Amino acid sequence: MTNTATTRTLVIEREMPHPPEKIWRALTQSRLIEEWLMKNDFQPVVGHPFNFRANPVPNWNGIIDCEVLEVEPISRLSYSWGSMGLKSVVAWTLTPTEGGTHLRMEHSGFRSEEDAAYKGATWGWNKFIGSLEQVVAKLD
Amino acid sequence: MQAVADGVFKALADPTRRAIFERLARDGEQTVHALTDLAGVSQPAVSKHLFVLKQAKLVRDRRDGRETHYSAQPQALAPLIDWMSLYGAFWRERFDQLEHLLERMEK
Repeated sequence: MTNTATTRTLVIEREMPHPPEKIWRALTQSRLIEEWLMKNDFQPVVGHPFNFRANPVPNWNGIIDCEVLEVEPISRLSYSWGSMGLKSVVAWTLTPTEGGTHLRMEHSGFRSEEDAAYKGATWGWNKFIGSLEQVVAKLD
Repeated sequence: MQAVADGVFKALADPTRRAIFERLARDGEQTVHALTDLAGVSQPAVSKHLFVLKQAKLVRDRRDGRETHYSAQPQALAPLIDWMSLYGAFWRERFDQLEHLLERMEK
């Protein structure tokens, strides 16, 4: 009964004028990940549990619980992404192009908009979502 | 998670409870008396609404002498939040930062 709701996937794709090897390093070296995403104890090892850590704010401890799911060097990387009740998966795909790399990120597992409870509840939450948006925007 | 979302949704389906929760979220901790003045319903009715909100973990209570103070727990809304639109903005910004990093990195 509870698993019949479909989920949605967020996809972001970008052409980057950099070789896949270089982008792979930025996606998989803990120190580099911290520079563009968040503090972390990531290791490119399947099954490795790790956290992303943002500054805690009221009502959020700033911790994202993850586990490495796939590591195919220089082509594909995925990890689970759990925070505040959201259970999701982030997957990266790198495809070489003439001028560099096509980078694709899929963040999947969002509850469907067709879900009745979800839809009804999106009413009027702008005040709260507004502040949560700031929370997410400040994940430094 | 579904059960939690349903509980939160049911608690907020009632307009008086929504008004009480919004007031607590906006103005901070309140006593039952203060909430009764605003809700336009009897104190027992307000107490009943607060009980439902508390069951859904949307409010927390704190005893202080003879008064009970209630405060909102907005994190209980998490199961209902449109994470996808929040993360859309989040990842686009992170892609920008990734590109800036790549420009700084050596080949």
